[in-house]
Amino acid sequence: MAAVKYIASDKLPDWLKSLAAKSRVLVPVAEGGGVVFRPYAPGCRPVFDSDATAPPKGAVFPACQELFRYEQGKDPEDPGKPTLKLIASTEAEPTVVFGAKPCGARGFLIFDRVYIGKKFPDPYYIAAREATVFVTMACAAANVENTCFCHWVGSGPADGSGSDVLLTPVAGGYTAEAVTDKGAALLEDPALADGAAKADEAAAVKAAAREVLGEAPDIAASPAALLAAFDDADFWRDQSDKCVSCGACTYLCPTCYCFTITDEPKGMSGRRMRSWDACMHFQFTLEASGHNPRPTKAHRLKNRVGHKFSYYPTLHDGLVACCGCGRCIKSCPVSVDIREIVQNAVARAKG
Amino acid sequence: MTDPFNPYLPEVATILETVQETHNIKTFRVRFDDEAKMAAFKFEPGQVGQLSAPGIGESTFVINSPPTRMDYLQFSVMRAGEVTTMLHGLNAGDKVGVRAPLGNCFPYEAMKGKNIVFVGGGIGMAPLRTLFLYMLDNRADYGDITLLYGARSPADMAFSAELPEWTSRADVNTTLTIDREADGWAHKVGLIPNVLLELAPKPENTVAVTCGPPIMIKFTLEALKKLGFEDDQIVTTLEKRMKCGIGICGRCNIGSSYVCVDGPVYTYAQLKALPNEL
Repeated sequence: MAAVKYIASDKLPDWLKSLAAKSRVLVPVAEGGGVVFRPYAPGCRPVFDSDATAPPKGAVFPACQELFRYEQGKDPEDPGKPTLKLIASTEAEPTVVFGAKPCGARGFLIFDRVYIGKKFPDPYYIAAREATVFVTMACAAANVENTCFCHWVGSGPADGSGSDVLLTPVAGGYTAEAVTDKGAALLEDPALADGAAKADEAAAVKAAAREVLGEAPDIAASPAALLAAFDDADFWRDQSDKCVSCGACTYLCPTCYCFTITDEPKGMSGRRMRSWDACMHFQFTLEASGHNPRPTKAHRLKNRVGHKFSYYPTLHDGLVACCGCGRCIKSCPVSVDIREIVQNAVARAKG
Repeated sequence: MTDPFNPYLPEVATILETVQETHNIKTFRVRFDDEAKMAAFKFEPGQVGQLSAPGIGESTFVINSPPTRMDYLQFSVMRAGEVTTMLHGLNAGDKVGVRAPLGNCFPYEAMKGKNIVFVGGGIGMAPLRTLFLYMLDNRADYGDITLLYGARSPADMAFSAELPEWTSRADVNTTLTIDREADGWAHKVGLIPNVLLELAPKPENTVAVTCGPPIMIKFTLEALKKLGFEDDQIVTTLEKRMKCGIGICGRCNIGSSYVCVDGPVYTYAQLKALPNEL
């Protein structure tokens, strides 16, 4: 890969402007008491010193997305005969996600295994993924919060996997390293200078952030441990006791990829939509007969934790479907902590 | 460049014919409007499809006509929720969308040379119908074929137009049963598991295929075990709430098995190895 580059803080708007001239650039901005990703506009003040409240999931996987439009009509030759036309477009807007933390970008690695390359590749996701570039901001020690646990799941505060460029905050600006060829192309911009002199400082920043996280507990046994606990209703009742089934954890999760499909009719035309859905809700698995395989919040929380730390890794070479960002812990209104549940299951299996 | 295959985009199809099977089951016979796609369409017995109508939404149903009879694809819809209630309003000539084939199929190749016992209850007869008719169309490939089909009452029995043929053919042993006595009923009366025990099919070189409401399945499994069937000699097909049908949207999983792609057909042995969350 190319050598380390450097961009001074006061040159950052120039770079963002030049990126925004070619594509949609999403940056974390303060809004409504939190930090969310919004299109960059000159003068906007991106927030790089804390993790965004909501990850950039919507950049590739919009909360609401049209699958196709339909038009119903009548055959002009034979008005008794209805007609139906379906119009689909999988095109995606070229996008740069700028300033997500490594955990936010890494979420898409979990998506990729499900949405790409299986029997039914998802053309909407693939188009958006290919059209999106991630310029990610490594965490400094000061950014690490007590809800962070990326080091539990094979990641870390300077993890470039899932990203195209990795920025690291240093005195006066940021170093920029290309992770992919797509990323290297973005670094060919006059706003960036050579960063060789800053490389050691960047390495020290990364090491210091990693140091703050400390040792990670061994959760390698979690897939088997969670399966072993499957029928232990008391265990799951205890773990889910506080849960209010609000679903905040799933909507804010960079790896939660479930959706529902609904029709939006408008007269004789309309559209079929897919929208984020949440396994925390009773309706998620409710069948028309009234039967529900996951009728209680204990069943549902078991599925969420089980999927991330057992079922998904079983299907995908041990990859845990969690990026350790801690958003589900930070934003939970009743302080459900997924780290505790996984550790409790592992401890239960040890007896 | 041609567009990549879009698994969310249905084939537009036309309803050729409908059959009001019972007060709450309606059968739809449909053909794709694109004749080339219809001619190229391939599926295996047990596979399902997403049937939809614009503005109404989609639901999953087994293709209950066999791949040996391709004049149309048949779906039988029991009115249960919002989508099925609105689907019941459709009639011949109306347009629908079909996404198929989805899911796995019955192990009809591995069943060759074996005796087959079908045990179907209510709308659970639909998936069995596909395999049953497929086997009748390839009769020499299979041993003795026994069909036990039950419903609450004669009026609740779908596929009634076909029952005279099924009960009179010499190359299958068909038994029909209803839960309680009814006027003019010339067949068995009794719950399916009890009638199955009476029929007492032998487990040697035999595969049992069953589908029906959960309570019937529970007692049918018990009856089959009593008759000496091993777990891997019992095949069933599951129903779950589904949306995408392609293993992505995340609601039909039993542990790490996705019913829409890894199922809906499972042996009892496979089901026992999965977490208990039916």
